[in-house]
Amino acid sequence: MKRDPTLPILVASLVILLVAGPFLPRWGMFLINVSLCYGIVVLGMMLLMRTGVVSFGHGLYYCLGAYAAGTLDQVFKISDMAVMLVAAVIATALVSGALGFLLRKYRDIFFAMLSLAFSMILYGLLVKSSSLGSSDGFNITASNIAGITVAGTSVERYVRYALTVTSAFAAGVFMHRYLNSHMGRLAEAIRDNELRVEYMGASVRNVIHVNYIISAVFAGVGGALAAIAVGHIDPEMAYWTTSGEFVFVGILSGTGSVLAPMLGAFIFETIRSFAYEYSPNTWQMALGITMLVVIMFLPGGLWSLFTRKRKAA
Amino acid sequence: MAQLLAVLIDGLIYSSWLFIIAVGLTLIYGVMKILNIAHGSLYALGAYSAASLAGFWIKQGYPPMGSYAVMLFAAILVGLIAGPVIERGLLRFMYGKDEIVLVLVTYAVFLILEDFVKLVWGVDPYFISQPYGLLGSFVIGDLTYPNYNLVLFGAAVIIGVVLAWVLTKTRQGKMLLAVIHDREMSGAMGINVGRVYFITFTVGAMLGALGGALTAPMISVQPGIGAETIVLAFAVVVIGGLGSLPGAALAALLVGIVRAAAVHYRPELDLFSIYLVMAFVLIVRPKGLFSVQEARKI
Amino acid sequence: MNRRISKILLSGAALIATALVSANGHAQDKPIRIGLVTFLSGPAAGPFGVPAKIAAEAIVDSLNAGKVPAPYATKGFGGTPLELVIIDEAGGATKQVAELRNLVQRQEVDFVIGYIGSGDCLAVAPVAEELQKITVLFDCGTPRVFEDASYKYVFRTRPHATMDAVAGAMYLLESRPGLKSYGGINQNYAYGQDSWADFTAVMETLKPEAVVTTSQMPKFGAGQYGPEISVLLQSNSDVIHSSLWGGDLEAFMLQATPRNLFTRSQLILVAGEPYLHRLTGSIPDGTIIGARGPSGVYAQKSALNDWLRQIYKERAENYPNYPAYSVAQAFLGLKSAYEKAKAKGASGTEEIIKAFEYETFDSPSGKVMMKLGKGHQAVTGTAYGATRTVNGQITVGNVKYYSVERVQPPEGVKSIDWIKAGMKPGKW
Repeated sequence: MKRDPTLPILVASLVILLVAGPFLPRWGMFLINVSLCYGIVVLGMMLLMRTGVVSFGHGLYYCLGAYAAGTLDQVFKISDMAVMLVAAVIATALVSGALGFLLRKYRDIFFAMLSLAFSMILYGLLVKSSSLGSSDGFNITASNIAGITVAGTSVERYVRYALTVTSAFAAGVFMHRYLNSHMGRLAEAIRDNELRVEYMGASVRNVIHVNYIISAVFAGVGGALAAIAVGHIDPEMAYWTTSGEFVFVGILSGTGSVLAPMLGAFIFETIRSFAYEYSPNTWQMALGITMLVVIMFLPGGLWSLFTRKRKAA
Repeated sequence: MAQLLAVLIDGLIYSSWLFIIAVGLTLIYGVMKILNIAHGSLYALGAYSAASLAGFWIKQGYPPMGSYAVMLFAAILVGLIAGPVIERGLLRFMYGKDEIVLVLVTYAVFLILEDFVKLVWGVDPYFISQPYGLLGSFVIGDLTYPNYNLVLFGAAVIIGVVLAWVLTKTRQGKMLLAVIHDREMSGAMGINVGRVYFITFTVGAMLGALGGALTAPMISVQPGIGAETIVLAFAVVVIGGLGSLPGAALAALLVGIVRAAAVHYRPELDLFSIYLVMAFVLIVRPKGLFSVQEARKI
Repeated sequence: MNRRISKILLSGAALIATALVSANGHAQDKPIRIGLVTFLSGPAAGPFGVPAKIAAEAIVDSLNAGKVPAPYATKGFGGTPLELVIIDEAGGATKQVAELRNLVQRQEVDFVIGYIGSGDCLAVAPVAEELQKITVLFDCGTPRVFEDASYKYVFRTRPHATMDAVAGAMYLLESRPGLKSYGGINQNYAYGQDSWADFTAVMETLKPEAVVTTSQMPKFGAGQYGPEISVLLQSNSDVIHSSLWGGDLEAFMLQATPRNLFTRSQLILVAGEPYLHRLTGSIPDGTIIGARGPSGVYAQKSALNDWLRQIYKERAENYPNYPAYSVAQAFLGLKSAYEKAKAKGASGTEEIIKAFEYETFDSPSGKVMMKLGKGHQAVTGTAYGATRTVNGQITVGNVKYYSVERVQPPEGVKSIDWIKAGMKPGKW
């Protein structure tokens, strides 16, 4: 077997993105920033998909992470990015840990729909909370990082970008390691045949539970980073269409490598951004057609373009 | 007391509507194992076609009573065109793929049709008020209800009964049940599974469009109604147990009454009443109210 | 198979390339590029987004042709023609933030005029600030934009929503002094909740003895209001307050009218104007209607009003509704600031901002004064009236106008505090 090039590629991307950042046009930097936030969430989705379950309610954690970060700023006047990320991790780990006890019993469409119900309940609660701005949400300012104030300085945008790039890198490395660990390999075994995994003495439910928590934390981190980058959060982040997009990008990317979600998210955001601009009336159609083309011709997701090429070479 | 009665009637009316929009979805899932998100678009297409055709009919000065027939015609037309186009043109290439991938295929169709609807009908809502008030109204206690609500209730009952009859009493229905039970085995026994799928999807599409057509006179047909409706239909189908006809009926009833009760007694819960029901039912009965026990593959 | 994909990718690239080339083609005569963000899809497109877009296109053509009445007769902005870049507002605040960046940095627009949704306005304001691009919010209503923060590059040329509730309650109490009870049906999202909260706060101040019967909050886009209507019927309220709009409003009227809700209760629709003409037959006479300003059916006769009605009617079936007036306010306000700056010799961003702050300008809906939010938030008076059917057409009668000081809190006072303190007219 050839050596897996994933880690070197991750390191190279980290260096390139960090160095190239200041030279990118500002919109490009923002596009990459937002794509990577999305990519981290989809990375978590990928883990679930590899385990054989799909959540149509990951918006729950995306939104929860963002609101954990946001309420820190809004209510407690803490606007340190690092603290916000920690808060997002804790909040999503707690909630997913609890809900996981329920969800781990479910599979297939029922897993998807029960998680959808939970995310819609959060959506409803947030729309009800007028102190948190109801459906309008509120703005958040992440003005400093580890005690150093960056708001208002010329590097403000770059710091947020670099934070996201670094987090995405860390998430990628973690996931890559995890997938190659004992637990990670069990995931695919469960997707292929649960019963056999049980016979071998492993607890399917525990694996699903742990993977669910990991993917939820990823979604929360993605949400908090998106909140920091965008500067505004609203309950729409928990709406089912947001969760649908994560699944959409997950399938679009393929589950072949931890690099796939990052790339998939970037391509998705780029298509959407240009579709918005050049066909403001038919951008949904453009997305739908792209999706169909990918499913039809690249069943393994966009990532299979690369693997296929490698095999040929 | 008057309020309790109102809850029951309001709930029953809403349940009828929920059943009508959900029944096509559960039928398609039951047979084809596809959770068809495009059902929402078919609903929208039905509503738009009915509204514009009936609107045209009334504008021409034809007898307003005929508008009901026009609406029905619109729904059948939409089903007969869109159903085969989607099934033959796209879905049949996808059979055998993962259930979630199929959901995404229909999601893509949904996105495409959303813009298609916008291109054809524009963004202004369509609204035809005549058919709703035409049949007069009935009074219960201190409340007046238009008789059109009875049409809705009647339609739900007729659809439910006819489908149940077809499924359990006719040859075609039994073939369908065989396919539901075991697709490969029924194929081996000489049932033309492709044809069964084709017919099921077309009928399902027609039911979706019919839901839209029947709703058109009560609402203002506007962009986005498909997305709103499909989530409700999903919830009903999942609560009832995917693919189960009686399940969908019971779930519609449950959700309808709960929502009406929420509006009457706890308006602040209205927004998520349906999701609370869904979470509650799934926690108690993980596969919905009526579910078929499936063998686990080894 | 790979060939097929590359073909698709190629044609995609070709498409983008043509688009880029055509964009460059325009750039030669260097017009002023204005990014217009408005709803082109979703439920808000029909009543608000598209009328605003039609009006904006008509206004730009008319401005470029130099056919606008005084004092706006100069072509374009100070002689330079205008060019529109139109973006869909649908998709939520996060996407709008990204799109604003694209508009400014990729499309290189000179100004941004846009945003109907309050959530979008709140979200884009800090970004406009970061991008240092003058952004005129044209139709959103939440007072939070300038009451919770202050901005240098962001302006809003329409008044905020507080006056809708204040004037609405005043009008209601003037026409029904003996009112004993009221209920409400509003959509369950920020605007609906705020409308109801403002209205009840004003009513508590003006008529503390009136009882609140019920507050119904159906989901946005619910479409079916059967149970809600039953509750409203059984509540026997003297008055029903509603901020429903667009398709939801139509559906509600359609379902409530045959159930005789409006023979029991008087209805007040604070945002009922945009679809008024469509409600023929479904809206009882005497329904109190707001247009969120002296716009649309309440715009008083003037050369500018005649101009807007005429150029709008040339492109649409109906006369302009209030969102069309809002967009006109944005264009004319920006134009007057731009030309004022230019007359002083410089039309850079800083100068335009200086000229825009505390500016007073004429619009089809009357005088607009940028007097709140440190000169960034417009105020106008407002109007309310009641429907009347004449020859099968819905018109408004018994129109009353309310001056600024009666309906708007003065600078530095938050709306809700001002209402609770008794709405004392401030100094203007």
